[in-house]
Amino acid sequence: MTPALATAAAPPHQAAGFWRTYVVSTDHKTIAKQYLTLGLVMALIGGYLAYVMRWQLAYPDTSVPGFGFVGPETYNTLVTMHGTIMVFFVAMPILLGTFGNFLIPLMIGARDMAFPKLNALSFWLLATGSLVLVVSFFVPGGAAAAGWTGYPPLSARAEYTGVEWGLNLWLLAHAIEFAAFLLGGVNFLTTAITMRAHGLTPGRLPLMIWQLLTASVLFLLSVGPLIAGAIMLLMDRIAGTGFFLPDRGGEPLLWQHLFWFFGHPEVYVVLLPPLGAVLEVLSVFSRKPIFGYRLIIGGTLAAGALSFIVWAHHMFVSGMDPRLAMPFSITTILISVPFALIMFAMIATLWRGSIRFETPMLWALGFVAMFITGGLTGIFNGSAPADIYIANTYFVVAHFHYTLFAAVFFGGFAGLYFWYPKMFGRMLGDRLGPLHFWLTLVFFNLTFFPMHWLGLAGMVRRIADPTQYEMLVPYQYLNVFVTVSSLGLIVAQGIFLLNFFLSLVRGRMAPANPWQAATLEWTTSSPPPHGNWGPALPEVERGAYDYSFPGAAQDWLPQRRLAVPAIAGGQE
Amino acid sequence: MEDVAFRAPASPGQSRGEARTGGEAALRGKIAIWWFLASEIMLFGGLITSFVLARLGGAAGTHEPLNVTVAAVNTFVLLTSSYTMVEAFAAAEHGNRPGMRFFLAVTVLAGLGFLGLKVYEYSGEIAHGFTPGRGGFWSFYYTMTGLHALHVLIGVVVNSALLVMAGAAIRRPYRVELAGLYWHFVDIVWIFLFPLLYLT
Repeated sequence: MTPALATAAAPPHQAAGFWRTYVVSTDHKTIAKQYLTLGLVMALIGGYLAYVMRWQLAYPDTSVPGFGFVGPETYNTLVTMHGTIMVFFVAMPILLGTFGNFLIPLMIGARDMAFPKLNALSFWLLATGSLVLVVSFFVPGGAAAAGWTGYPPLSARAEYTGVEWGLNLWLLAHAIEFAAFLLGGVNFLTTAITMRAHGLTPGRLPLMIWQLLTASVLFLLSVGPLIAGAIMLLMDRIAGTGFFLPDRGGEPLLWQHLFWFFGHPEVYVVLLPPLGAVLEVLSVFSRKPIFGYRLIIGGTLAAGALSFIVWAHHMFVSGMDPRLAMPFSITTILISVPFALIMFAMIATLWRGSIRFETPMLWALGFVAMFITGGLTGIFNGSAPADIYIANTYFVVAHFHYTLFAAVFFGGFAGLYFWYPKMFGRMLGDRLGPLHFWLTLVFFNLTFFPMHWLGLAGMVRRIADPTQYEMLVPYQYLNVFVTVSSLGLIVAQGIFLLNFFLSLVRGRMAPANPWQAATLEWTTSSPPPHGNWGPALPEVERGAYDYSFPGAAQDWLPQRRLAVPAIAGGQE
Repeated sequence: MEDVAFRAPASPGQSRGEARTGGEAALRGKIAIWWFLASEIMLFGGLITSFVLARLGGAAGTHEPLNVTVAAVNTFVLLTSSYTMVEAFAAAEHGNRPGMRFFLAVTVLAGLGFLGLKVYEYSGEIAHGFTPGRGGFWSFYYTMTGLHALHVLIGVVVNSALLVMAGAAIRRPYRVELAGLYWHFVDIVWIFLFPLLYLT
């Protein structure tokens, strides 16, 4: 062994101080954990806001324990900041930031990202953006209160919401967040295009990588118009321009077009990474090759392309030209076709598999069930005649929680429980895992399913006190029920946090490949060393899903080329 | 500390893994910058489309008091700077350090000249009362040209950095090429803005 090799094999972390190891590290695995930490901290804030909102809706104008009196203005802030935090500062950091940074180099057999320093910069930009957003709660006038979609004219003039600096900081936080994920997306794509292991052709890439890359492309290509819109909105607020203000010759609908041109691809930016995690988990725990590998890639790309021409389905009641409703209804219903293909491929992967009901698999199955439920209500929202009746009601709130929340929670936890051993080198406790899953599944449905009824009964979004509307008074018991259920849902997440931290110190040491999975990341140690692979980079000789391969000695064939061929008589 | 593990000796699979050669680093840089520019195209595309739609809808008003002559000179200045940027890259590729420094300096000066003329234009317009709050057209005019000027400024900073660290740029000429890709993009944006705002 040469001296260079010996240094390469030694764990370099021991030499570096705390600052270089945990704070300004350029190691993609550390950065992934930083994203995870940030996302979980922001989730606590977003969850706390949800709790205050739900309490207010069940027991209007009583003092919320741990918060105080709410009132309509504060309620607007709660709605706005809950949505903003959960979508941009929880879902994206955890699903794209954590999974993308951790998995892309490991699954493609690289030592790190293409631009490690840029990668660290992306994270610290995002952390700065998060800080700006949190600080905005404490400036005079409070945090933004114009809805997470920030529709003008409400958002364009400080006097309409009473929020001056809160909303400017809200826009600034978004700008920083977009810059962070823009740089991150460029890094993801460059890494996956130029640094794949020898033999890892696009047709052998794990589906998780396909999903992460598609999500990155969607984000890169859709965020520009929203940045343009955000600049215009900021100009309206501070420079006196008239983009969105009718009295200055502006057009409020222009913002909605720019926002949703980004907003709809954005929901797939959030959805695709957990979808990829679920696909990996389903194949591993069914001990079967994924059904329809190429079909799923095609469906993902088709859905990604279609997502750019569906945005106005968010605007059926906005006052836009009604002739636009039909084309956008058609494209919207069309986009359910590729997703239906992917869901069928998931179910077909289960068919006659040797299913192992480990915790990641429970979450993956939960994702399939819940996402189909959310997808079905999407058809109602997507067709203009039905949507005009239910737009801006709790039916829509129920729909996007069944899709987004299901993706983030069920898909995200499938991935976290699956890759936790690889990330932290210890197994997550397997008693608390199923308990966490079942409680979340039950309370999730108890919380969000009744919202469909509330919406059909006419309860609109963003009202602080439903009891002020006579027609809603008979349904107030449902609001109380939803609130009590949501408390259960929040408390159930405590089990995860407990499990997470207990397992960090007391968990069983994880072997390299605890789930007997085939993809590259399971052939290095848990957690992988700095540089991931020791002296020689891995080479790939087969696809990612060779489970139960006929004639093989074990029921999975690793992607990685081994010193001893996995099948007697040569390869493939 | 992070580089230690990356200096492992070459193995068959290594060639695609680590950017030890200039060619690989250049390829990575180019792929990254093209994705970045794709996103920039959508940013300016969003602005330009909004402007065109507002204009067609009659909301944006007229552009009469704009100084077309100054803007035409400015267009010429910016186009010329794209040419000198190409010459700077050619010189860097041939290891011609004085040549690269000369053409980078001209490019930076042209960028600064463009910004100077833009400030002259702005001050004239504001002096005549055409501020951003004057209405639809002026909202778009200041936002679009302002965002473009910000991009020019960033390009000037990048090119100046290459000029100051000329030794590094000669060793890695692809850096001049990457800066050039960005600079040409900024140029092309102006080619869209000039006729849209000043001539139509």
